[in-house]
Amino acid sequence: MRLDIEALTVEVSGARLVDEVTLSADNGRLVGLVGPNGSGKSTLLRCAYRALRPSAGAVLVDGDDLAALSTREGARRLAALPQEAAAEFDFTVAEVVAMGRLPHQRSVARASEEDRRVCAGALAQVGAAHLAGRGFLSLSGGEKQRVLIARALAQQPRVLVLDEPTNHLDIAQQLEVLALVRDSRLTVLTALHDLNLAALHCDLLYVIRAGRIVAHGPPHDVLSAELLAEVFGVRAHRVPHPESGAVQLLFDRLVVPTPTP
Amino acid sequence: MPHGAPRARRRSLGYAAARPEAKANTPVAIPLARPPAAPPRPAPATGAGRGRAPVTLPVLLPVLGAGLVLSLVCGAGIGASGLTWGEVARHLWAGLSGGTIAPDEVSAYTIVWELRFPRAVLAAVVGAGLSAIGVAVQAMVRNALADPFVLGISSGAAVGANAVLIFGALGALGMWALSAAAFGSALLAMTLVYTIARTPRGLTPLRLVLTGTAMYYGFSAITTFMVFAADRGEAARSAMMWLLGSLGGASWASVPIAAGAVLGGLVHLGWSARRLNALAMGDETAAALGVDARRLRKELFLVSAAVTGAVVAVSGAIGFVGLMVPHGVRMLVGADHRRLLAVAPLVGAVLLIWVDILSRVVLAPVELPVGVLTAVVGVPCFILLMRRHSYTFGGV
Repeated sequence: MRLDIEALTVEVSGARLVDEVTLSADNGRLVGLVGPNGSGKSTLLRCAYRALRPSAGAVLVDGDDLAALSTREGARRLAALPQEAAAEFDFTVAEVVAMGRLPHQRSVARASEEDRRVCAGALAQVGAAHLAGRGFLSLSGGEKQRVLIARALAQQPRVLVLDEPTNHLDIAQQLEVLALVRDSRLTVLTALHDLNLAALHCDLLYVIRAGRIVAHGPPHDVLSAELLAEVFGVRAHRVPHPESGAVQLLFDRLVVPTPTP
Repeated sequence: MPHGAPRARRRSLGYAAARPEAKANTPVAIPLARPPAAPPRPAPATGAGRGRAPVTLPVLLPVLGAGLVLSLVCGAGIGASGLTWGEVARHLWAGLSGGTIAPDEVSAYTIVWELRFPRAVLAAVVGAGLSAIGVAVQAMVRNALADPFVLGISSGAAVGANAVLIFGALGALGMWALSAAAFGSALLAMTLVYTIARTPRGLTPLRLVLTGTAMYYGFSAITTFMVFAADRGEAARSAMMWLLGSLGGASWASVPIAAGAVLGGLVHLGWSARRLNALAMGDETAAALGVDARRLRKELFLVSAAVTGAVVAVSGAIGFVGLMVPHGVRMLVGADHRRLLAVAPLVGAVLLIWVDILSRVVLAPVELPVGVLTAVVGVPCFILLMRRHSYTFGGV
């Protein structure tokens, strides 16, 4: 139940989008990937769930190279929530969750009793059992995300990869999604936009800029004012969370002194 | 939440090293106080939220199967020649069992067994093929407005067919000239569209649609020019008929190729139904579910093109069926491709048999183009369905 990304490089038409990134997520840990827009977060994650083939490097789940496994076998070990809201056709929630069984099923066989049990369990786990008959497109953003998490859980993976799972959600939904992810007990790698959420929920943070990891460690150590100024171009003030004591950030614009000639 | 506490403790310990007084606070993180799995909302009845009335397949499939058989018999029985149902049944049986008929019944037998019945069978094959390929193409380009003709294959086929109809090309092939030319140029069009649309990242939906549409106009221009240039009025008329779709040329000879292609296509699509579900959710999602979207799309393109080519070669470009049957069936059974691909071919087959019967009898002895009637029959049905169910075409 551990995820290792080793010296992963992605080059697209000469540009290095991801440059020799190495990171690992230990068993059951929630590992966050933060960085400004265009820093390569999504590209890196797309390699992990095999939507993109890296130019070099490897993604290992429990030491096994994903590229050496069949796509089905890979999807049984690593599930993902891509950042993709495009669903042209209105599947029901139950149908969406059932798709999570795809890597476990033969092409033509009917859904087995186990498939049904796993799907029902996954829906119950995210508290969405009552939505089973609803159309996916009719759900709110938070409900959709819960259902997609259920789909990922139905894959019965060891590792979960999430690409900004809290986007477009209200604050209660954001907290709920992260709590669900944590309660899954899976090894999780997630890209997050909100640094405060990342600081609260992640065991370990990797900071990526221009395709390179520039810092990693526990949120408290990583999210320093200097780093935030350098990577995100903001002036950050660190304050402790009044209850948990975790580091939280308040932001100001960074005024860059113009060099005198 | 047995799992939340240790994590929260890990985190707060990290901080406690710097700020000892934080230790006194409750170590449980705030968000955990909100039960994540608590939906105390009144649970709506299944499907009630959208007014969809899911019809179960064990009911629908036998009904449609019986309907198909009945429609085939009606296709053989209904027509202008005033045969009784008893005669029709006898001739059909004679044809099916290889029995004998009296010499004075030869003309009636020919009407039933050589003209009407193969025509009904072909209508079923074409209807099933267009409906299934409509489903596949809509999932392939992830666009609810797509139909089998959006890939430009059918208009490519039209070029070959019209070359035969108007200029008498491929005369050496005799009765096979039309089908062969249509299928050949369909394959040519397919190669062209594929070559233009493909990118290093494979076939992307938008590029496929744009290429197909552009080629469609290109091929149509060639066809139109040929019709325009034809000096024989009758040739232009039959070319027009072909462009609007017609089963008038049906004979037993045209059944095997089309039926083979459609059956092959149905088998492949049925086998891919689960992967189609994943593809319809998006390429990224498909990848996360272990489906190679690039490969699947390539397979779908080849299958769609081959089936469309084979179908169009025997019936011309019959519109509407491939666009509307998938939507109509989706309203009935939902978007799951396993159900969709079981039901849509049957509905398409039955629909096209009846539309063809109508096209023969409405203005008999003149035959209406099938495409006119698919629209006349289909549009009201479709609007009715759409208004009765709160069906969403993608957007909410």
